Amino acid sequence: MSAEFWITQAFNGLSYGALLFLLASGLSLIFGVMRIVNLAHGSYFMLGGYVGLSVAWRTQSFAAAVVAGALAVGLIGAGMERVFLRRLSGQTLGQVLMTIGFALIFQDVALLAWGGDPYTIPVPAALQGVITTGLLRFPIYRIFIIVVAVAVGAALWLALDRTRAGAMIRAAVDDREMAQGVGINVPVVSLAVFALGAALAAAGGVIGGGFLGVYPGLDFEILPYAFVVVIVGGLGSLPGAMVGSLLVGLLDNFGKALFPELAYFTLFAPMALILALKPTGLFGRA
Amino acid sequence: MTRVDRKVVAGVVALGAAAAVAPLLPSYPLTLLTQAVIVAVMAMSLDVLLGYTGLPSLGHAAYFGIAAYAVGILATERQAGLATCLVAGLLLATGAAAVFGLLAIRATGTYFLMITLALGMVVWGLAFRWVSMTKGDNGIAGVPRPELGLSWSLSAPLPFFYFALLAAALAWAAMGVLVRSPFGLSLKGIRESESRMRALGYNVWLHKYLAFVLSGFFAGFAGVLWAYYNGFVGPVDVQLVTSVEALLMVALGGPGTLAGPVLGAAVIVFLKNFVSVYTKRWLLILGAVYIGVILWAPRGVLGAFSRDPR
Repeated sequence: MSAEFWITQAFNGLSYGALLFLLASGLSLIFGVMRIVNLAHGSYFMLGGYVGLSVAWRTQSFAAAVVAGALAVGLIGAGMERVFLRRLSGQTLGQVLMTIGFALIFQDVALLAWGGDPYTIPVPAALQGVITTGLLRFPIYRIFIIVVAVAVGAALWLALDRTRAGAMIRAAVDDREMAQGVGINVPVVSLAVFALGAALAAAGGVIGGGFLGVYPGLDFEILPYAFVVVIVGGLGSLPGAMVGSLLVGLLDNFGKALFPELAYFTLFAPMALILALKPTGLFGRA
Repeated sequence: MTRVDRKVVAGVVALGAAAAVAPLLPSYPLTLLTQAVIVAVMAMSLDVLLGYTGLPSLGHAAYFGIAAYAVGILATERQAGLATCLVAGLLLATGAAAVFGLLAIRATGTYFLMITLALGMVVWGLAFRWVSMTKGDNGIAGVPRPELGLSWSLSAPLPFFYFALLAAALAWAAMGVLVRSPFGLSLKGIRESESRMRALGYNVWLHKYLAFVLSGFFAGFAGVLWAYYNGFVGPVDVQLVTSVEALLMVALGGPGTLAGPVLGAAVIVFLKNFVSVYTKRWLLILGAVYIGVILWAPRGVLGAFSRDPR
């Protein structure tokens, strides 16, 4: 194993982790505020990708694709929360079955609307190409993903830590009833967080669509990754989602490169172990 | 007659009716009935955990699939007989449940759900990527039906149906004894109030752990039957959707009963197969069923009619 191998794999893992952060940070916040096990979160990623694809074809604008995907899926998420999930508060099994029902419906609707062929979302010329230093090659698009994730992470952190709305969300994560008691409108906070989480996942889907592609089955392929990140990091914890994404991205890449036959095992087994030792995740609180 | 006796009689009558009707059925409905019988065992095994102990497992397909893979690999590559396959399948499924239980039982509520999901994904990952053992995405095809040394062959639909029905009846009887035993009653007590049972001096952890392992054992039993029935074992048998489908069957029929999961399994199996004949959009319909069950029958079909409040 050369040094180039380790650097390339670490870079690939880092960029994949950055994409996972876009997907999982929303899921983690949703978990934190509502304790909802949302099995449709992977569907938001896929639907975002498909909506982005159509918009990118029509407008030739990558930025428009990201915004449209995030907006459309954010609205879908808000509708799901308001109409269906709100009444299931505290019913874990009901939430699981309800969200998987939606995931199946989204899967079928996507198949109906976009067919079964895989597509890649066209990315702007500025983001194509590779930076080469010596034997190392760094695709610019992957660097772009890392930059986006860092920006989103910083924005989320600032919003959560420095604004009034963020303080309300943190209060709702810590203690729903208390937050309600001191006059925070928790149902509205929940709705906003759910929509934001869905929109972030969809934006991740559009950006991911530039190098993973968009195809049927992407939803259930990416869903476990989102769960692993959230579980490892801890529910409702932004730093947890950051560390978790990084860890999962690296584990996944090195696992696939070093032990191809055990690739998923090297990802899920450490997670099961972390969870067994610390059921609330690395950064979670009971 | 007491209520328990009535339930046993109803179960025996249902088994008898199924056995009597089977020779009259064309082969396609008979095949579906066989499938429903096997899947019902899987759903009942999950209900021991979900309905009786109150632990919603999101990775139950793991034990089902591990046993199915054991049968598939042994029967195709080693030409192993029924006894070997059965013992190996049950041992591996129970062993996996024994290990996973150690990791999962500590957690409760949402965390239990997620750790079982994660453990289920470990098994799925192995099925999908450990190609030299599992043949990966291609799965293991051509699993032969077992030879019993009798005059009729199990490769025909009717004899295999009776084989599956007999096996399912045994599993139903065993689980029925289990949930009505003092141990089973303690499980219900834990479902209702863990702290109260602990205060009464019950070893709650041990009860939950044993329920977890036994549930895995019966899921493995269903997995053995499935491998023989389907003749094919693949990652689809251990994937998340399969685990969730088992949850749906239990929720649809009514958790905390053994008849409920059987009913739920039958409904879902027939729905899936019939709907897919008439329309390509059966995923849409299945998704709507999930949502409808939660909205309109949150306690399941049987729960809607049962009088005792839970």
